[in-house]
Amino acid sequence: MILYIVIIPLFVSLLTPLFGMFNRKYAYFISLLGAIITFLFVIFTYKKVVTHGKEYYWFGGFEPPFGIEYVVDGLNLILLLIISFIYLLVIIYSKKSSEKEIEDKRLSLFYCLLNLFFTGILGIVVTGDIFNLYVFVEIASLSSYTLIALGPKRQSLMASYNYLILGTIGATFVLIGIGYIFMATGSLNMADIKSRLVPIYHSKMVRTAFTFITLGLCLKLALFPLHIWLPNAYAYAPSSVGALLAATGTKVSAYALIRVLYSVFTIDFDTNVIPFNKVFVFISLIAILAGSFLALAQKNLKKMLAYSSIGQIGYITLGIAMSNEISLQGSVLHIFNHSLMKCALFFIAGGIFYKKGIENINDMKGIAKEMPFTMAFFVIAGLSLVGVPLTVGFLSKWYLLLGAISQKYFFVIPVILISSLLSFIYIWRVIETAYFKDSNSTKSSSEMPLGMIAPVAVVTILCIYFGIFTELPLLLTKEAIRILIGN
Amino acid sequence: MLDLILSKYNYWISILLMMIGLYGMIAKNNLIKKIIGMNIFQVSVFLFYISMGKVRDGTAPIHWDRALIYDNPIPHVLILTAIVVSISTTAVALALIIRIYKNFQSIEEDQILKVLAREENKTDS
Amino acid sequence: MENYISILPAMVSFIALISVPFMILFRDYNYVKEGISLFSALLMFTLVLLLGREYLSERILYIDIIKITPTITISFRTDNASIIFAGISSFLWFITTFYSIGYLKGLNDKKETSFYVFFALTIFATTALAFSANLITTFVFYELITLFTYPLVIHKGTEDSKKAGRKYLAYLIGTSIMFFLTAIILTHFITGTTFFNSEGVFKKNVDNNITLLLLLLFIFGVAKTAVMPVHSWLPNAMVAPTPVSALLHAVAVVKAGVFVMYRILNYIFTSQVLLAIKGHYILIVLSSVTIIFGSLIALRQNNLKLRLAYSTISQLSYIILGLSLLNEYATKAALSHLIIHAFSKITLFFCAGAIYVKSHITEISDLEGIGKKMPITMLAFTFGSLSMIGVPGFGGFISKFLLMKGIAHSGNYFLFPILGISTLLNAFYFMPIVFSAFFKEYKFNSKDPHYVNKKYSLLMEIPLLITGLVTLVLFFAFGGILSFIGG
Repeated sequence: MILYIVIIPLFVSLLTPLFGMFNRKYAYFISLLGAIITFLFVIFTYKKVVTHGKEYYWFGGFEPPFGIEYVVDGLNLILLLIISFIYLLVIIYSKKSSEKEIEDKRLSLFYCLLNLFFTGILGIVVTGDIFNLYVFVEIASLSSYTLIALGPKRQSLMASYNYLILGTIGATFVLIGIGYIFMATGSLNMADIKSRLVPIYHSKMVRTAFTFITLGLCLKLALFPLHIWLPNAYAYAPSSVGALLAATGTKVSAYALIRVLYSVFTIDFDTNVIPFNKVFVFISLIAILAGSFLALAQKNLKKMLAYSSIGQIGYITLGIAMSNEISLQGSVLHIFNHSLMKCALFFIAGGIFYKKGIENINDMKGIAKEMPFTMAFFVIAGLSLVGVPLTVGFLSKWYLLLGAISQKYFFVIPVILISSLLSFIYIWRVIETAYFKDSNSTKSSSEMPLGMIAPVAVVTILCIYFGIFTELPLLLTKEAIRILIGN
Repeated sequence: MLDLILSKYNYWISILLMMIGLYGMIAKNNLIKKIIGMNIFQVSVFLFYISMGKVRDGTAPIHWDRALIYDNPIPHVLILTAIVVSISTTAVALALIIRIYKNFQSIEEDQILKVLAREENKTDS
Repeated sequence: MENYISILPAMVSFIALISVPFMILFRDYNYVKEGISLFSALLMFTLVLLLGREYLSERILYIDIIKITPTITISFRTDNASIIFAGISSFLWFITTFYSIGYLKGLNDKKETSFYVFFALTIFATTALAFSANLITTFVFYELITLFTYPLVIHKGTEDSKKAGRKYLAYLIGTSIMFFLTAIILTHFITGTTFFNSEGVFKKNVDNNITLLLLLLFIFGVAKTAVMPVHSWLPNAMVAPTPVSALLHAVAVVKAGVFVMYRILNYIFTSQVLLAIKGHYILIVLSSVTIIFGSLIALRQNNLKLRLAYSTISQLSYIILGLSLLNEYATKAALSHLIIHAFSKITLFFCAGAIYVKSHITEISDLEGIGKKMPITMLAFTFGSLSMIGVPGFGGFISKFLLMKGIAHSGNYFLFPILGISTLLNAFYFMPIVFSAFFKEYKFNSKDPHYVNKKYSLLMEIPLLITGLVTLVLFFAFGGILSFIGG
């Protein structure tokens, strides 16, 4: 069952260029079909995991720690749900958007890469083998370099190249770390490593391994100050790719970080053996503030959103670093919520570019009159980003605050509030320009096509839905964290 | 000190290569040279893995009646995968460089950045 | 008192929200959207009366609309203060809508629809705030009021108004997120609840310093009370059209601030806690300073609306003073001043607006002899001023009398001279206007742009006459209201 989740996108990615040779439209439909089937498989897995608690698959029937194991428990279940759902929406959205932004002859290859990226991130999420994790990180990264390079402007090439260099450094660091872990334990299965590592926590080898892996993942995660590749990569990639990367790319790295910190190593190691978590809290706080401040300074809407992502990544790592159940729950909730709202915001930015060809905020004067629905969705998703109650953004921030208070980290409160205020300011800047400034154009209405606005509507409604009916995400995340650090 | 270096020379070599590669990736201005740096960096990690799998007096991990100890084959297998990854990364990077050269008529990073900065100013004003 | 679960308290506010789509739908039909506005105001007022009857028959209606987490809910609840506040807001909404028809038509305003829509939205948020049962709900609607009034503040669309609007937002949103929200989070952490409770939420074991800190955070967080030093947003907001200044910046918005303060002092802290930490002295000092300085600054204003704004700042502090004396009489005084000031100040603003529409006069020095041209308007203005000063025979006398009783009861005799001085100052800044309006010669002739034209005058004069007369009626009919407050 779990195997199919990874295999289907892989096969689809092989099929798309094949069918694309006959007719370019086939590539899109096959991708859509693949995305739907994958999503259905994820739903089946969800049902199974909820009833049985855990699902696993052993490659070739070899028992772990000898064979490669795929495991789905509470935590990656959440990631699977959100990734496969967002991917489905991205595919729907990309029909119109990519037709405009990408050359016709490259379209089927574009879908091939999109599916390959999907395979990579799904693989990262389901695998229980640490070397396999590295391989999937590289699959996802390689396809994303290429996807970014397909962007409509020539800046995308340099953005992609820089991402390639830094991404390779990050991934290779992970590889070195895995090497040290293998030297220390002789095992690659995460659960097995966890038990083998405990007696040798004080060995230098283990600490070196820890440093390399976390550093590498932080690079992939774009944690400030390792973020330099991210803004250009997100801003110059094709719109649908930007949305996909922002919604899933960094989230998956955050997931990998949680896995490494809590499933390979333990809280005991992260906090007592080396004072990693304490330092990490401060780095995260700096990331939150820096991301928000830098977002204020941007003129390009997509870049503003990208910098805002850097700040939001700070929230996720903050929850990870505070390492208590509530803050971790907040962190996972934020992964989930931020995927939804950033996806919506990038979709909208792409839609505005699609329709009007503008990217700079200052050019969006009075655009709300022309695209009333789009901008209404922007307001909702933006308020969610600020963390207004009744939107998803509030819930995760609230849990992070509660986690901070129960850890007695009171200095976290003003930082989160200041950054909320800053995010209000940068979102408001767009709203003010769009709603309260007079436009030069006299066109009455030019909404995005239905295929683009429907996915936006769906994610935006979910932003509100999960902000009001919070039982499901709360239950899932609570269970996930209980499994993660409970035993 | 000398003993420390000599007894673990394989690791020292990979560290040396790693530093050379990393320096090349970060400090070089030429895009191709960066990729060369990247390859050196990755190869150093391969060497690290391969030497890690060597067991003293071990033979190649092929079933053989007279063998007493085998080398650990797993790092070797892992590194086969990593080599594939490295080659694909290099291929993607080189393809990108070709596209960059076609677009900017240059593969020197500072020149390209200058062109891009000029473009950005133009769109802003 | 018995608790009943009923949707009614939520329904009251939602009437205003429901009216909005209809207004947008009928935006092109003259008088239809005004009709919808009037109808929903009337409906709302009737429902509030119904709730008042329920309250008199010892029934408290209560409902949880949304449960975000077990301790964070969006809940509504009725009690005497909320019914009074909602009653005034809805009644004056009705009157103001009448007035706005005359005002907007008289000025030939083009953005009528957006005016009525945001007006209704603000009333929605205000009544919802009145019925809020906990701090989270209060916070949500407190912020919504700010956001919904912003388009009204910048209604004119000039650069000045946009600048003022930005300052308005910065003050209100900034303080509420930085201080109010922090206070709510800390309260939730310390007590585990945010629900209003007449016994208070703080148990005896809470450190006094922390309680004091929380009190300070609340005082500066609720900037809508316009207590110095967080008052300067209010004069700023006077760029808004006069009906907005009248209803929102003399009644709904500022009273919302005062009302939140009432809730916090009586239902979060309670007088025992405040007396124990001597926290009420902070409020007494701040409000006394504001009373005196507000009046002094008002004296120096030549712009009529600005003078009224500073008078509002000073009068609001009467209410805060009444609340902070922590005895029964003073609290009664505060609540009755909430009603009386609403009627008096709205009359004064109506008059200012009527004068502006008919003669484009904004400065007090130009008002000489206007009483002969606009006798009804200036008569109502006189009533409003006399009530503000506290002359027996007008409503204002009652609240001042009760306040003195409260001061005597609390033993803070130094407040008597402050009250005396402030009354004198009130007389100094209102009476000259009345005098010069009636007893000096009118200096403009028919060719002047300031000459009075009589278009649409009845639509404005009737509402202002009604509110002017109400200030008179309140003096004689106050027994019933007092018993309701005391109940």
